[in-house]
Amino acid sequence: MGNKKMKSKKNIDGNAFLLLITIVLFFAMYIIGVIAFHQQGFGKTQNFLNLFISNAGLIVIAAGMTVVMITGGIDISVGSVVALTCMMLAWMMENKGMGAIPAAVIVLVMGLVFGFVQGWLVAYLKLQPFIVTLAGMFFARGMTAIISQDMISIKNEMFLSWAKYKIYLPFGGYVNRKGVMIYPYIYPSVIIALLVLVVVFIMLKYTKFGRSIYAVGGNEQSALLMGLNVRKTKLKAYILAGFLTGLGGFLFCLNTCSGFVEQAKGFEMDAIASAVIGGTLLTGGVGNVFGSLFGVLIKGTIEAFITFQGTLSSWWTKITIAALLCFFIILQSIFASAKAKKKK
Amino acid sequence: MEKLKKITSYRLFLPLLCLAIVLMINIITTPTFFQISVKNGVLYGYIIDVINRASELVILAVGMTLVVSSSAGTDISVGAVMAVAGAVCCFVLAGGQQAVNAYSNPYILGFLAALVVGVICGCFNGFLVAKMKIQPMVATLILFTAGRGIAQLVTKGQITYIRVDSFKLLGANIPGLPLPTPIFIAIAVVIITVIILKKTALGMYIQSVGINSRASRLVGLKSTMIIFLTYAFCGLCAGIAGMIATSRIYSADANNIGLNMELDAILAVALGGNSLGGGKFSLMGSVIGAYTIQALTTTLYAMSVSADQIPVYKAIVVIVIVALQSPEFAKIRKKIAGKFHSEKAESKKEVA
Amino acid sequence: MEQDIVLTMRNIDKNFPGVKALQNVDFTLRRGEIHALMGENGAGKSTLIKVLTGVEEFETGEIKIEGIDHPIINKSPQEAQIHGISTVYQEVNLCPNLSVAENLFIGREPKKGGMIDWRTMNKKSKALLEGLDIHIDVTAALENYSLALQQMIAIARAVDMSAKVLILDEPTSSLDDGEVEKLFHLMNRLKEQGVGIIFVTHFLEQVYAVCDRITVLRNGTLVGEYKIEDLPRVQLVAKMMGKDFDDLAAIKKEGASSVKDEVIIDARQLGHKGTIKPFDLKINKGEVIGLTGLLGSGRSELARSIYGADKPDSGELYVKGSKFHANTPLDAMMQGMAYLPEDRKAEGIIADLSVRENIIIALQAKRGMFKLLSKKEQEEFTDKYIDLLQIKTADRETPIKQLSGGNQQKVILGRWLLTNPDFLILDEPTRGIDIGTKTEIQKLVLQLADEGMSVMFISSEIEEMLRTCSRMAVLRDGSKVGELKEEELSQDSIMKAIAGGAN
Repeated sequence: MGNKKMKSKKNIDGNAFLLLITIVLFFAMYIIGVIAFHQQGFGKTQNFLNLFISNAGLIVIAAGMTVVMITGGIDISVGSVVALTCMMLAWMMENKGMGAIPAAVIVLVMGLVFGFVQGWLVAYLKLQPFIVTLAGMFFARGMTAIISQDMISIKNEMFLSWAKYKIYLPFGGYVNRKGVMIYPYIYPSVIIALLVLVVVFIMLKYTKFGRSIYAVGGNEQSALLMGLNVRKTKLKAYILAGFLTGLGGFLFCLNTCSGFVEQAKGFEMDAIASAVIGGTLLTGGVGNVFGSLFGVLIKGTIEAFITFQGTLSSWWTKITIAALLCFFIILQSIFASAKAKKKK
Repeated sequence: MEKLKKITSYRLFLPLLCLAIVLMINIITTPTFFQISVKNGVLYGYIIDVINRASELVILAVGMTLVVSSSAGTDISVGAVMAVAGAVCCFVLAGGQQAVNAYSNPYILGFLAALVVGVICGCFNGFLVAKMKIQPMVATLILFTAGRGIAQLVTKGQITYIRVDSFKLLGANIPGLPLPTPIFIAIAVVIITVIILKKTALGMYIQSVGINSRASRLVGLKSTMIIFLTYAFCGLCAGIAGMIATSRIYSADANNIGLNMELDAILAVALGGNSLGGGKFSLMGSVIGAYTIQALTTTLYAMSVSADQIPVYKAIVVIVIVALQSPEFAKIRKKIAGKFHSEKAESKKEVA
Repeated sequence: MEQDIVLTMRNIDKNFPGVKALQNVDFTLRRGEIHALMGENGAGKSTLIKVLTGVEEFETGEIKIEGIDHPIINKSPQEAQIHGISTVYQEVNLCPNLSVAENLFIGREPKKGGMIDWRTMNKKSKALLEGLDIHIDVTAALENYSLALQQMIAIARAVDMSAKVLILDEPTSSLDDGEVEKLFHLMNRLKEQGVGIIFVTHFLEQVYAVCDRITVLRNGTLVGEYKIEDLPRVQLVAKMMGKDFDDLAAIKKEGASSVKDEVIIDARQLGHKGTIKPFDLKINKGEVIGLTGLLGSGRSELARSIYGADKPDSGELYVKGSKFHANTPLDAMMQGMAYLPEDRKAEGIIADLSVRENIIIALQAKRGMFKLLSKKEQEEFTDKYIDLLQIKTADRETPIKQLSGGNQQKVILGRWLLTNPDFLILDEPTRGIDIGTKTEIQKLVLQLADEGMSVMFISSEIEEMLRTCSRMAVLRDGSKVGELKEEELSQDSIMKAIAGGAN
């Protein structure tokens, strides 16, 4: 029996191993960046914090994506929904003269409703999640264009004050040439994003709903036989993801302060890739929001590389992310087939 | 009643009905819809325009139909692959320059390069789906986003112009012919595909694998190979479509070539009465579906809906079609019908 | 109710359209006993279980359970569980990605302040499993453990939720001997705790190793309930098959034997891990060899390993004297093999394709993609087999799914005959088919052998095998245990061979 115990420890397992690769990859990349771009100041604390600042929205959306993917589904509408969110915020505040708070509440509700409709189609009509969210993706993008085909910049004072409110950290500072102590800072969006991560993490680990999500993704048939409500669980997962996409879109908008049709194109890829790179299985049942955080950070680091390097076009980010996604998907596939073989 | 049932159960009933409805709306909104005029031996008119513009979609729908049939999934990278193919073609013909007035390399070389690139992209998708057993839409999502990035790299983020008259022929009119070239190419692709499917056993193999892959294996079919082939073919179709689209604007515009085409192609297959769950397919259904969608697009344009707003309506149509196809929907309908009947019976009782 | 009886089912009737699945069946389970429920295909075992667990409704009769003084009717497995009846199936119905503890407690997790209390859950799980002599790390994911352990965890969950009646539906089918041993240990442990266990299995050895009592069903009726010591194995087989042990009237085949000396198939220690243990088998030209054994004894698996449907992982196969290595079924087809699978719906028919396409597809696959059979050839072949096998179909273009089961089977048979094989494997070709068609198929098999084809015939019906086979290989519990030559073939000898063991 002692032998058996050893075996199970050793087996923890393909999935954890994948996550480990991700974490190591991130730190390796970051260290390479610090060495290669030493002169330009890659190693500054602020540069590290910028990873969080520029990706706060993505962190939130990737968390929602992780939840949906654990149930065995997927949501490729998120990029378009972010565009729609930004456009609605900009339009409501600039063209309709609405206040920042009601506008924010409306987009959050919009995300929730969007998630509900998609979730209902997936859970109750049993349509393929991919087809449903593909249609959702085109629907949201089209709606953005219907609201306005021109770019709207946000000038609402309250909104801009949210966007520019710096929170200085009491440590990690340095003294600049003029002899002034400069402390690194973050925006409120970073705190919101990290808060969301913690809440979703607790929800997944310590609530009945959270565990049902894993059970449904692990084996739907079994979950049903064990007395769980599979449909309701899926619906709730999509609603949660929809809400988080709305919230993520809001945070995204705090960075860009504008709304336009082409915004956040390919964002779904960033979110899916972050989740997959962070150890979420495409087949469902396995995943962790903190893993997805590392996925996001890797994407941010690649972006930072390209900015610091200066001559490479931004398209390289997309291609590298796609290549990484491809690499991790293939790894997952190989692990899965190896596991199946071992079973036999 | 029997007769009606017979008509509605005819395979092409749904696509033809949709086409008829769209055409009717067209006639109402645009009374001149079917008018054709002749100028310099070339035919002009709304309807000609629709058929011409639908060409790329028809070609994509052909490839998509086979992919759906064999793998019960869709290839969402076709639009991006069109852009890559166009970009590579222009890159070859312009010799890496940004705009040329004469070919740097023979035309045929650029043309072949585009097709080869299309096939390579298809093979990449096919490898992931057939060999690595990854869900088709996730596998093709990779090229869906990365494809345009690759196209941008090839064109160095700019639009490559080929200002040579012969380059425009593929997307415009060949002198002496009464109809635009893309129409002929689309028809040629359909005919060649039909011939391949009818003259080899491929058509039967694809359907067989899509319907029951375990039984297919036991009768000696290699499903991996067959699924791979359909993706490679779909890539080829995207390459051809990309060439036409590039020729139309005699330039490689990595951002806009094939934009939103993947949704149209999937919609064409579904409208053609094909189940997105794979199995039996009707190529003609998809072709009719493609023309229907182009007619719909034209109608929406006529109602002054802009190009980037159109997907809203198409997305709704897609959901409605797949929802109608779903077994769950049939169950719900039956339940409602049952309730209705029992209510009817009850009310009768009350009357009595 | 007697003091120690936990469950009684009386006069249970259940009809499916056209079939009387259960007629007047009684069943009694006592506290602390392991009770085998036995019967061949269509006997009504699984229907009885389904009725008991609320998966299916029954028409008449009553079910009583200890502690409830009125008859109960379960409408769902959940309701059955509330009444104290739990089921564990062959397929483990747990979530592989969750930890052992979670699988034990999902849906009823212990909570503290609204949050799941993992520590208590793990502690309780450990205690629960240790009480059953299972010592494992409960925090590891379920998928890290062997199927047997998963099976035991499923049982632990079932027993912990409701401990009166435990139904084990073929739990041992995918376990090896050592694992079965552990499972038995667990069953005996539960027995001591007073749980009544209904054990459904195909393995005779296991019945005699662990059970106290046997109830035998046949064709939806009760044959009888026996104490294990009162029913020797051969008697049990006889009761299951519906033949009296003393009835020796065998039906001899007429005419001279068609068996030639030439060896077509020669398997040497061929095997496939987990389904069939290594076996030797020689098959001559023109021979009809039968594979006999109870359901799940490895009959189909033996055939599949020869055909390459499950790629063998040990031993060698010689076809017509030369070594043959099958990578895919196509390779076997090219060697002149053909295989009619047992599960017609899942592996035989290609439902949406027409009768014509279903018939020609195997020949087409053999010819290759580019050498398409002409329309005319296809139609000729199809018509020939529709005619020869008297397939009842509206048209050759009718989708095969619209045909009756028997006619579908004939189409599949036609598919393989068209490839003109030297060696034809028929796995349960007559199951679920009307009597007339059965006889036709049997005659056809003999005729084909006469013409020089070798046939491997697998069937659960002994009479059918006696009529067609010139030799039989006997399988038990996943291995080939012997052969019966033509002169040894009789119901008596076959049943004895199937039953095996000391008596």
